[in-house]
Amino acid sequence: MMKQVLYGILMVLLATGCSSKKDNKTSTKTTARENNRSSLKSPLRTLKEKGVAIAVYDFESFKPFLHQKNDTVYVINFWATWCKPCVKELPGFENINKKYNDGKVKVLLVSMDFPNKIKSQLIPFIKKKGLKSQIIVLDEPDANSWIDKIDENWSGAVPATLIYNKQKRFFYPKPFTYNELETEINKLIITKN
Amino acid sequence: MNLINIPLLAFLSFASCTDSMNHDYRAKEIKNNESVVLSQNKYGYGIGDIATDFKLKNVDGRMVSLADYKEAKGFIVVFTATHCPFSKAYEDRINALDKKYKNKGFPVIAINPTNPAIYEEDSYENMQILAKKKGFTFPFLLDVGQKIYPQYGATNTPHFFVLEKTNQGNKVAYIGALDDNAQNPSAITKRYVEDAVDALLAGRQPKVTKTKAIGCGISR
Repeated sequence: MMKQVLYGILMVLLATGCSSKKDNKTSTKTTARENNRSSLKSPLRTLKEKGVAIAVYDFESFKPFLHQKNDTVYVINFWATWCKPCVKELPGFENINKKYNDGKVKVLLVSMDFPNKIKSQLIPFIKKKGLKSQIIVLDEPDANSWIDKIDENWSGAVPATLIYNKQKRFFYPKPFTYNELETEINKLIITKN
Repeated sequence: MNLINIPLLAFLSFASCTDSMNHDYRAKEIKNNESVVLSQNKYGYGIGDIATDFKLKNVDGRMVSLADYKEAKGFIVVFTATHCPFSKAYEDRINALDKKYKNKGFPVIAINPTNPAIYEEDSYENMQILAKKKGFTFPFLLDVGQKIYPQYGATNTPHFFVLEKTNQGNKVAYIGALDDNAQNPSAITKRYVEDAVDALLAGRQPKVTKTKAIGCGISR
């Protein structure tokens, strides 16, 4: 009896200690997210060329992409046409986009190409490779103001990938093989029984 | 269960209670050798560390070391690549930086950390062509075998390290970006490297000692 009471008290203390600690850390973020209600914002502008439209976001309008709360796993890859390891791993992301087209996984390719290269470089690249995943450009010149908001441990080097669902998020500052990528994504797919 | 298990239970519950994001992240990092080093915080220098000297081949064929600069008060070491669009965007600015600070005792030393087997544009010959075309006023060295950049902890190009020459050696005073706008020099509002060097020249330590920037990752 005595033991059970002790355990009970212990568990209550731990639970409250734990939740208050988390609340302190994330309260502002949570409020902001709830206000957003997972809705995405409009891009700054959209550039069109040869039938391909590219939406350009600043960090503020891009942010809701990082905090969507539903049953989908979001795979956000930071890349650029000039980055060889990025280009090498792109087919893996394309395969994921094709294979998981039932809404369970959403791939977003965030290009770091300079905005003045969208028409001359990015769009021709997309056409040449026949890329089907959603591709946007993040145009936020002061990188120091937002890199830490993706992940504190990110140096800012591409490629880098964020994989998250409504409960967990993982950040990978490295290139992926297809198998590694699929394994990591599968860990986050929410299965309904 | 007996009472001895309570502390154990408490510890386990507490451990599982720490921020799951960070916890999971560390778990993932173990899969990637580079990141493991990062998470142990041993990759590269921190502010105040003594930076290693080197002996690397310049585009003019001569070997260059920091020790060659007897009169220098410090150095602006930049890891920059020939192929990288971010490096390209900064070439003229790096030249201007050298012109501005060399005479004040802080010369620019540029090191190309790229493996030319991965990016042919970063071969020694192509570095020579670029240095000539751009009229580089500073040494442009190839990190043969990629031995120096990991010691500094450079992760992207361009990556700047401001060093202050002291009795103990060349002390790291600033690590990060040159400024806050790679794309548009006319829209710069913060000049991190210049602020750091100006502070050292005035006998102070820089206020901003670490920044981050998007850049080309350094492939091994």
